[in-house]
Amino acid sequence: MGVGTVWVHVEPTPGGVASISLELLAAARRFGERVEAVCAGGDRDALSAAVGEHGASVLRYLELPDEALVGPPLAASLAAAVAGSDDPPAAILAATTYDGRDVAGRLSARLDVPVITNVTELAVSDGALVGIEPIFGGTTNVHTRFSAGGGPQVFLIRPKSFQATPTGGPPAQPAELPAVDCGASGAARVVGRHAEESTGPKLDEAAVVVSGGRGLGEAGKYEMIEQVAGLLKGAAGASRAIVDAGWVPYSQQVGQTGKVVKPDVYIACGISGATQHLVGMKNSRNIVAVNKDPEAPIFGVADLGIVGDVHKVLPRLIEALQSRS
Amino acid sequence: MRIAVSVKQIPDPANPGRLDPDTNALVRDEKLILDESDSYGVEMALQMAEATGGEVVVVSMAPNEEFGGLRTALAMGADRAILVSDEALAGSDALGTAKVLAAAMRRAEPDLILTATESTDGYTGTVPAQVAELLDLPSVTFAKSVSLGDGEVTVQRQTETGYDEVVCPLPAVLSVTAGVVEPRYPSFKGIMAAKNKPADRLGIADLGIEAGEVGWAGARQEIVEVAPVPAREAGEVVTDDGSGHERIVAFLEELKIL
Ligand SMILES: Cc1cc2nc3c(=O)[nH]c(=O)nc-3n(C[C@H](O)[C@H](O)[C@H](O)COP(=O)(O)OP(=O)(O)OC[C@H]3O[C@@H](n4cnc5c(N)ncnc54)[C@H](O)[C@@H]3O)c2cc1C
Ligand SMILES: Nc1ncnc2c1ncn2[C@@H]1O[C@H](COP(=O)(O)O)[C@@H](O)[C@H]1O
Repeated sequence: MGVGTVWVHVEPTPGGVASISLELLAAARRFGERVEAVCAGGDRDALSAAVGEHGASVLRYLELPDEALVGPPLAASLAAAVAGSDDPPAAILAATTYDGRDVAGRLSARLDVPVITNVTELAVSDGALVGIEPIFGGTTNVHTRFSAGGGPQVFLIRPKSFQATPTGGPPAQPAELPAVDCGASGAARVVGRHAEESTGPKLDEAAVVVSGGRGLGEAGKYEMIEQVAGLLKGAAGASRAIVDAGWVPYSQQVGQTGKVVKPDVYIACGISGATQHLVGMKNSRNIVAVNKDPEAPIFGVADLGIVGDVHKVLPRLIEALQSRS
Repeated sequence: MRIAVSVKQIPDPANPGRLDPDTNALVRDEKLILDESDSYGVEMALQMAEATGGEVVVVSMAPNEEFGGLRTALAMGADRAILVSDEALAGSDALGTAKVLAAAMRRAEPDLILTATESTDGYTGTVPAQVAELLDLPSVTFAKSVSLGDGEVTVQRQTETGYDEVVCPLPAVLSVTAGVVEPRYPSFKGIMAAKNKPADRLGIADLGIEAGEVGWAGARQEIVEVAPVPAREAGEVVTDDGSGHERIVAFLEELKIL
């Protein structure tokens, strides 16, 4: 069933588009009669090819100075485009990412429309989109829709909720998003960009993710996690407890405020399984947990649970894996 | 320098509450506490105020004149509190909350506004950007390190792959991540002093906000269904007798990972 035109906020990466943006395009295609991508900055040709291949007919593009943050100028420009359009979008989708939240939040304030957040599934009821949002650590789903009338229905979608699927479409038609002066709100300047060195597959794309938590005892022991991850050609993740403690960078955090992962196998070592951690990994296809506490909540979602000491199980596991390779 | 910190008061996360089966509203029948996520902003504000001789104002919107979380922030060392409590606010969504916080912030006239990146119980993560937009201020969200300069802040902003260094003129809104500083515990002296610190208690009329803009009406959305999610079936749990690692290897072999 169609709900009209859907705009999808897509996020550029160097030379392409973020995988989460392709997930959003897949979500939009299920309900939109017409799917258009909106974007600030990035490689325009690469973007239009990538979003076209995933079903967007148009790429509305805002030129963005290198030093600008995305949120204020894109929200201002989108608000103006919605107001000035003959075919205003019925819905706008953005992702629960750093920039996605800025864009949705500022756009909502500009247009005076609410945002339905933390959406992991969409449905249609009476011609309106319904956002489905997990609460209480994913044990309950709340279905919310906007009351009739007002501006576009704005949704913030969590990563890994939809499967990106190419349609093989042609490059999206280019369209300008005219820049709008966003005044004081646009005054912050990016003066440097720092990427952490990472080897191996990316955390949110790896087939195997091995994560460590406070049960490792000390920062130096995280090396065991990296070793197991390396031997399984996977990525190493972490609970927030050890990110906050400074043992590993934030970019490796799995959970509500970190990355959402959905690998073939997730191996949790010394992680209790707090609800905020579970929402980031419990849709993994298979879950293995090692924890010395038989009552740890992580065992409630594990396919294989080992009640044991990480300092004993992991060194033996490393040895066993090394002897195979 | 005046720093305002928005602090949410929430039910103890150890006891997350439940949904009222008739209204689908979140029922919170106990006393509210300071959201731990906001304790980082409070600590950062205190450190900045100590360094500059400034003032820290903590601002909260909460039902039933709840003050427990604000009192904790005052006991940590904040100078004064603004509490907005009004029956008309029941059911407010993030934008409604942001409108109230923005109006309260306008009264406080801060040089810097700090929030958390997301609340523990609501976690929409949109309030900081909404407040900034309503106040026409720049914002840097997901700040994992902040240093105060002359009329500006330099922020390390979390990104997918690392961080961006962002320079932002004041006044501005920053949302700070957990772990950015180590929140202090209130001292006994702090707890005693908190009792006599000034608190502004406001309703929406004091802020020039109409009832229709906030609460259920202002949220302009309806919950159409609340459904339990089938629990993931728990698998096998074995106690390590020295061969636990072999079980893992066998499991990975079964999945053709090895
Ligand atoms: C708003 C908000 C957002 C949050 N977002 C996230 C998030 O994105 N990601 C996240 O992970 N958390 C998040 N949290 C934090 C979360 O609530 C937990 O505090 C955190 O996940 C706990 O990390 P942990 O499991 O490593 O530590 P703990 O809970 O301390 O668990 C350590 C576990 O290790 C086990 N253990 C100890 N020693 C050993 C040993 N020798 N061998 C084996 N096991 C051992 C213990 O039995 C225990 O189960 C968030 C919290 C809030 C309030
Ligand atoms: N009722 C409230 N009172 C004060 N601050 C709030 C309130 N709601 C949200 N905030 C602030 O906004 C941040 C993000 O909240 P949220 O958008 O609900 O995830 C919180 O961590 C608080 O700093």
